[in-house]
Amino acid sequence: MKKDEHTDVTELSDLQLDALKEVANIGAGNAATAFSQILDQKIDMSVPEVNILHLNEVPDLLGGAESLIAGILVEVAGDAPGKILFALEKEDAERLSSILLNESLDLESEDSNIEIQNSSLKEIGNILTNSYLNTLSQMTGLSLLPSVPGLALDMAGAILEVAFLQQGHIGDYALIVETNFLDTGDEGIKGHFFFIPTPESLTKILAQLGVGRI
Amino acid sequence: MNKIRVKMADLNVGQNDDVLITSGLGSCVGVAIYDSKAQIGGLAHVMLPEVPSNRENNNPAKYADTAMELLLKKIKNKGASSRKLVAKIAGGAQMFSFDNSSSKMKIGARNIEAVKRILKEKQIRLLAEDVGKDYGRTMEFYVEDGRVLIKTVKGKDQVL
Repeated sequence: MKKDEHTDVTELSDLQLDALKEVANIGAGNAATAFSQILDQKIDMSVPEVNILHLNEVPDLLGGAESLIAGILVEVAGDAPGKILFALEKEDAERLSSILLNESLDLESEDSNIEIQNSSLKEIGNILTNSYLNTLSQMTGLSLLPSVPGLALDMAGAILEVAFLQQGHIGDYALIVETNFLDTGDEGIKGHFFFIPTPESLTKILAQLGVGRI
Repeated sequence: MNKIRVKMADLNVGQNDDVLITSGLGSCVGVAIYDSKAQIGGLAHVMLPEVPSNRENNNPAKYADTAMELLLKKIKNKGASSRKLVAKIAGGAQMFSFDNSSSKMKIGARNIEAVKRILKEKQIRLLAEDVGKDYGRTMEFYVEDGRVLIKTVKGKDQVL
């Protein structure tokens, strides 16, 4: 394989997309288990969706480019670099944080609790990412090393464009592997989990899954 | 008044009382270039500093170098005078800070640098900027007087 060989996401076959969906399903399933253990309540997970979107459409993935979200971004290093983004709408992030800390919170307040809230959200991102990557590692034999998570509370468009930037280096389309988590409590918390391999990593992952060349 | 949306990795031009809007700039940079006398201007939402040498480029609006070239061509075609062109820019934030941040992460700073270098090369005066830092921005560019409104999630709106 040439060093810069990459997979054009618009040319992925159904078999390849299904393989990615299957990995996402198992990975997110394990992440959901970890998630519900921390929250001590049942967490439901959607069937993962794998979509190919034009880059133009990426900033609008989460309720419009200007909507306020919490984004927890993890850089993945190792054999197949990429990024993982866990994003929650503002209210969901606040609810999640209050469950974790057992108190009510306002993310826009500037008080001293903000650091604690932020670390609780980062920690959730950490745990979800690690369970997802462990699964992917086991299924592909690739070594995947997550960074310390970064957190931003900002416009969805600004967060999404940073997360998907590397895919934009190569083509005009982005591969979106998304799973939604939903807790089954009264109010409900919805979280969006995105797995974002670089185009080169995608080639490697597909090859290791046995669907490299169709 | 005509509101014209400019998406990521895209650009557009307008005239008179048109308003060009681009939302949610993170590490991307919004570049407004205009001729206020002719009331003709354009806005680009650039994603990356330059076209990679080993790739074919099928979306010029994505990269600072080719986007600004195309933007200039379009506003001149509409009748703007190249001697009267001025610019205002915003964006190029570093949205996430990582403990082990590599140079690759600082794409926002590289985008700002590229845009400024190209403005200089084209001898277009940079009138105002709101760049860097760690937050997202929305840019509303009023072509008739060159006013640029910057909106953020937390701070107050700012006029450039």
